[in-house]
Formats: sequence, structure tokens, C-alpha cells
Amino acid sequence: MIAEFGLAALWLAAALAALQLIAGFVGARSGDIEGAGAFAALARSAAGLQALLCVAAFFALLYVFAITDLSVKLVATNSHSLKPMIFKISGAWGNHEGSMLLWVTVMAAAGGAIALIERRLPERTMMAVLASQAFVGLGFYAFLLLSSNPFERLAQPPLEGNGLNPLLQDVGLAFHPPTLYIGYVGLSVAFSFAVGALLTRAVTPQFATVMRPWVLASWIFLTVGITAGSYWAYYELGWGGWWFWDPVENASLMPWLAATALLHSVSVLAARDALRTWTIMLGVIAFSMSMLGTFLVRSGILTSVHSFAVDPERGNFILFLLALYIGGALVIFAMRASTIAEGKRFSALSREGALVVNNVALSAILGIVLLGTLYPLFTEAFGVRVSVGPPYFNPVGAIFFIPMLLVLMVGPLLRWRRDQISRVIKPLALVAAIILTILIRVAILNDIAILPLLGLAFAGGLAIASFAPLFRGALRRTPLALWGMCTAHFGVAVVLFGMAADSAFQQERLVAANVGDTVAVGPWSGQLESVNPVAGPNWTAMQANMHLSYNGRPAQPAQPQSRHFWSPQMETSEVALLTRWNGQLYVAVGNQAPDGRWQLRLWWKPFVTMIWYGGLLIALGGALALVGRVIGDLRRSNPREDEDVPDDEAYTA
Amino acid sequence: MKRLRIALWVIVVLAAGLFGLFYHQLSQPKNDFVQSAMVGQPLPAFDLPAASTERPGLSDKDMGDGKARLLNIFGSWCIPCAAEAPQLDLLERSGAQIAAVAIRDRPEDVDRFLAQYGNPFTRIGGDKISEVQMAIGSAGVPETFVIAGDGTITYQHIGDIRADDVPVLLEELRKAEK
Repeated sequence: MIAEFGLAALWLAAALAALQLIAGFVGARSGDIEGAGAFAALARSAAGLQALLCVAAFFALLYVFAITDLSVKLVATNSHSLKPMIFKISGAWGNHEGSMLLWVTVMAAAGGAIALIERRLPERTMMAVLASQAFVGLGFYAFLLLSSNPFERLAQPPLEGNGLNPLLQDVGLAFHPPTLYIGYVGLSVAFSFAVGALLTRAVTPQFATVMRPWVLASWIFLTVGITAGSYWAYYELGWGGWWFWDPVENASLMPWLAATALLHSVSVLAARDALRTWTIMLGVIAFSMSMLGTFLVRSGILTSVHSFAVDPERGNFILFLLALYIGGALVIFAMRASTIAEGKRFSALSREGALVVNNVALSAILGIVLLGTLYPLFTEAFGVRVSVGPPYFNPVGAIFFIPMLLVLMVGPLLRWRRDQISRVIKPLALVAAIILTILIRVAILNDIAILPLLGLAFAGGLAIASFAPLFRGALRRTPLALWGMCTAHFGVAVVLFGMAADSAFQQERLVAANVGDTVAVGPWSGQLESVNPVAGPNWTAMQANMHLSYNGRPAQPAQPQSRHFWSPQMETSEVALLTRWNGQLYVAVGNQAPDGRWQLRLWWKPFVTMIWYGGLLIALGGALALVGRVIGDLRRSNPREDEDVPDDEAYTA
Repeated sequence: MKRLRIALWVIVVLAAGLFGLFYHQLSQPKNDFVQSAMVGQPLPAFDLPAASTERPGLSDKDMGDGKARLLNIFGSWCIPCAAEAPQLDLLERSGAQIAAVAIRDRPEDVDRFLAQYGNPFTRIGGDKISEVQMAIGSAGVPETFVIAGDGTITYQHIGDIRADDVPVLLEELRKAEK
């Protein structure tokens, strides 16, 4: 009964989306004619009701998972009555159908929120936004109802369900996909705004102010999602690295790169009425990248360590949606690009100029990642199988990342519209001195590769430079958004430091050790005390017990395991991580060689944790900016039009 | 503005090309299996102890003596391996010699498996740590290789052998005899 209720709610929501599309379209066309208000009211209430219905459908799915109703096919194939409740609940979206329902629900909730709350845009533009949001929504409803119905029943309920892939039974992972989806869906809202503004020729600072919180919020979620995903891969896959350049990782990185550029553009548009075309373009591209990422992951077209079980039907469906929305938006954009009036002019040496460089660099990195991700597809079409990895991505990405870092140190100090280099020469000289000092000192003391060396130096420079904008005005009067910007930029420096320190100073020992042997790595030494079998509910493992000492002082023991799951057959590595303030010791145990020795892998990774702390700092910066913006927007409903906004008021991200 | 429009139309065309490529790739049969890079290469050297009490162990010297053979990679714990037993039986009755490697197995389990599903094998080597499996480029169980008379790996069949795979394997064996 509950499952049928959920399905009915979804069909109703889809019908309302069709209504919203028509009402929004008519409302946008008729503009200020008598009676247009009725269409507007209709579109808004259709969006609000849709949100309620989708949330109800999602709760219906949570309910059938919570009670393990095995007559529902999705529950029977993905759940088990003996699973802990948290995994029963998270199992609801740990599969294709459920995750698409979550996607649609978040999308409907966002659409409802816009329709009911947002009153700042011209009514015609608002109607066009609601119509395009309904158009995107309809495609996803069709996908869900026609090819991935989560509420499908089984004629013969089995006695027990199939359970969930053991690798996925991890609390961190249960909440990783929803975080990314919220990010993707936020970008779909930004896309609707861009299309609506384009159709009604209303690309204005006012529009940017309205769009900004959505971009910012989805960017924060994407940042957190990528950071968490990277950490999961690091401790779960047992190979000692934190970024694979795997297609699925790239699928989440590409929208982030586009969203980062979009975030900065939309801020310039809101504050200074420049970069109009960039903003619309990036709005279309950011959502294109989320759709493309979804397509690559869900269609099984690329081989990846995380691929979903899929059928080609679904791939074709998503491909059709991709072509419809992205192709459609690009064509509209190409036809309408000339109607976007030019914004305010600025000289090359200005904050706008710096942000254009930032957009270009981010777009170039995006292109590089896109090319590397799709390249195997091209070659496969010609019958050759290749895989593209770090040897391509790292150096080629760095070529654009380095100038971006340089601009990141200078840009926030520049004035809007036009500036003289003489004004910022002092702080720049200080930063340059810091960079040079680090470069020379590290180069003399250590023999390390060029990229990590540059990384360390720039991280130092950027760490100082990122706080420079705060010394402009009184700290008490500094707006929250500016604090947010500085925090996020400092976060970039922290991430960079973590990456560079890890690749420069990491020490690795791969040994075959007998019980009783001692292995030394960096300041650590460990004695293999014993190896004994351990059994879990659905796995058996060999667990190594090691006594460790750090600089001669005893530390807590490490107990890495090599686990063997029976159903499905799978080897996983449960690594032991010992975290200190200055890094992490990473211990993994492998198989036993025929002569009785055990394979041990030990890594000492100085400051590697900074990568994830930095990622969280970037997200925190975004959150500060979002709070600051929302409060600010509530205070004054129209942005200042005057030329001389004080510097400490102006920047926004 | 003009340049921007041209650039945009170029992007539209590129996107269309990309969609075409995606569509083409989606309509291809999906091959999710890891193909061995060892096909066409000589068998690597190995020497495995007996995996069961019924048959001797297996080394690379036991093959490549002028006669082509099948090499079956299996495990007593693997359900598809039990499903392909009738087909292996049919292959043996059709005159194929089949050597086997049992992956991560215990002798008593292998014996039980053979008693239950039949024993078409001439030799069974026990590969406790999957090293031989890795060396010949097999990524899972069951897999079946054709080893030519001169010790070259000439064919790899991934997954369980179905009824319509039997003639294919026999044909590959016949080719490998030459």
C-alpha cells in the first residue's frame, strides 16, 4: 500500500510539472497582460505541491526499506532484514533507482523553495525560470517512472533480501552520494535561472544576486562531497593514494571546477555588472558537467572502479536527456548570445581582469580533465583500449594551475575596474620573498621533484596572501563574505601544502616480513608481533598485530587486516592509520608468500591530513560567505548601483 | 560578439559529435571483462602442488609437450564453476585434455567438489595466493585457456562455459594443435 502511494505521488508530481511548464511558459510570454498573474500563481503552486509530493514519495521509500518489505523489488535486491537500521535507511539511496528518486526529490524541493520564496526578479523572468525548471524536472520524472521505478513489486516475494555490497557498508559512504546530488541539483537550479534570464533578456546584477546563493550552496556540497570521497578512497582501497583520476572521481570534479568559475563570475555580475556572458555560459556548462558525470557513471560506458550495475537502456535515456537539455541550452545560448548587453567595462589590470584569468584557467583545467576522461572512449571507438592516468593529468593540469595560483594571490588585492601595479607592490614583494625563501631553503635541504617544490612554495605564499584583504579595513566591520573568501583561499593553500608535502616527503616501505621482524619507515619503526585470523559476519581476515614506536617512544599498536568477503567474492584491505599532528602512518597487510613471510606496506605521509582539512576549510569559507550573503540580501533587497563601493564591501563569493 | 557566436556554434557542433560518439559506444556490446594480455605469449613458468588427493599437481612443464590442452581456472567455492561442470565433462568426452588450477582452495574442499560435480581434469594445481592466476592474466573464476602444443596461450574464455561455447573451444583446440 505504502509503495503504491509513493508511486501515485510521483505520477501526480510529474503531472504537476507538466502543468508548471505550460503555466510558466504562458506566464513568461504574456508578461504584464491582464490575467497573467493567474498563470504565475498557478506555476508557483504547482511547484510547491510537487515538492510535497516528492518528499512524501521519498519517505514512502524510506519506510519500505525500514520495515524491509521484500515484496518491493528494490528492497529485495538491495536490503536484508538483519542489516543495522542505519544501512537499511541508507540502502534506500545506495542503488540506481533510489538515488534517482533522491535526486528528483531534492530537485522538486529546490524548485518549490524558489517558487514560494523568491520575489525579487521580474515576474516574466521568474516564470521562464519556473518553466525551464519544470522542463528539466519532467525529463527526470520520465526517467524515474518509465525506466527506473523504485516502487516496483515482485509477484513472489523472496524470503530474504540480497544484502548490500560490503564495500558500501560504511557510514561515511552512505552520506557521500546525497552530498554530491544536492550539489548537482543546485546546479540544475542555477541552470534554470541562466536559461530563464537568457530567454527573457534579463541578465542583470539583480538576477545574479538571486542566483548566487544557489550556486554557492551547491558548490559547498560538491566541495564536501569530493573531500569525503577522496578520504574514503584513501582508507578503503588500501593503496596509499588519495586521488586516482578515475572517471568517477573526475565526474564529480568537473562540475566542481565549472561551479567554482561560475561562483566567481556570478559574484562579479552581482557586484559590478560585468562578466554577463561568462556567467550564463558557465551556468549552462556547470549543469552540463553534472549531467555528463551522471551519464558516465550510470551508463557503464566507461570502466571504473566504482561503476554502477547498469543496462544500456538507461544509458540511452540519460543520453537523450543530456542531448535535449545541453544541446537545447547551447543552441538557445548561441542564438541569443548577441542579445546579452555588454556589462561595465574594465581594464586588464583590475579585479575583474583577475577573475577572467581565473575563469579561463579553471575552464582550461576542466577541458584537460574532460579530455583525459573521454579519451579512452575515443580510442575504444577505434578498437584500442588505453587508460589515462596521473602522468597526463598532473603535469598538464599544473600548467594552468600555477598561473591560477599566482592570480589568486594578487587578485583579491586589486581594485575593481582599474588599478595600478604600484598600489599592490608592497604586499606582493612580501609574498614573493616568502615564496623564494621556501623555494631556496627546500631545494637546498631536500632533493625533491619540481612540482611538489613549487607546490610547497606557493602554498606558503598563498597562505599569507589569502589573509591580506582583511588588512584593508577595520576587522569588526569586515563583512562575513570577505571572511569567507579569505578562509576558502587559505583552504586552497592548506590543500596544496598537504598534496605537496605528501608527494615530496612521503616514505614508503614494502617488505616481506617474518613474525618478529622490525620495519623502519621515517621516524617510525614497527615490529610484526603476530598474524592471526579474525572472522566477521560475512568475511574472514588475516590481521597483523604490530608494535610501533615513534622516534624511539612506544606508540599505539597497529592492526591492519586483509579481508576476504565471500558473497560477492572480494578482497578488501582494512588499513591501520595512525594520525599525528604532523602526518599519518598508513599500514596495510597483504598476502603471505609461500615461504611464510607476510607482505607489509608502510607509508609515512607527512601532513597528508591537510588535504582533507583544507577541503573542509574551503567548504567552511563557502558557508561563511553564504550566511553573510543571505543576511546581506535580506537587509537590502537591491544591490548598490553606485560606482564607489568601498573595497571591503565589494567582494563577494 | 561575432567571434563569440562562432565559438558557441563550434561548441554546439562539438557537443553534437560527442553525443554521437556516446550513442555509438552505448550501442556496442559491453565487454566488462579484463582480457588477458598474455594471449599469444608463452605460458609463464610455475610449479604448483596438488590441490586434491585425486590428481597430481601442475607445472608449466606438464604442458607444451606437443599436445594442445585446456587450462581451467576454478575454485570449489565458486558457483558458476559448478554450473560449467557438465560442459567440461562434454569437452573431456570429446577428446580434450583439461588441466586445472584451483584458486585459494583446501584439498578437502576440492575433493568434495570433484565428488559432487565430476572430475574431468588430468592434473590440478593448487594456487593458494592467486599468483599463477595473476601471471597468466586471469582476473576471476571460472576462466578457461587454450594452451597450444608449443606452450603458447592461444585463447581465453572468460566466465563459465555454456553449451554453445563447447564447439568454439573444441575448434580453438583443433587450431592450436597445428
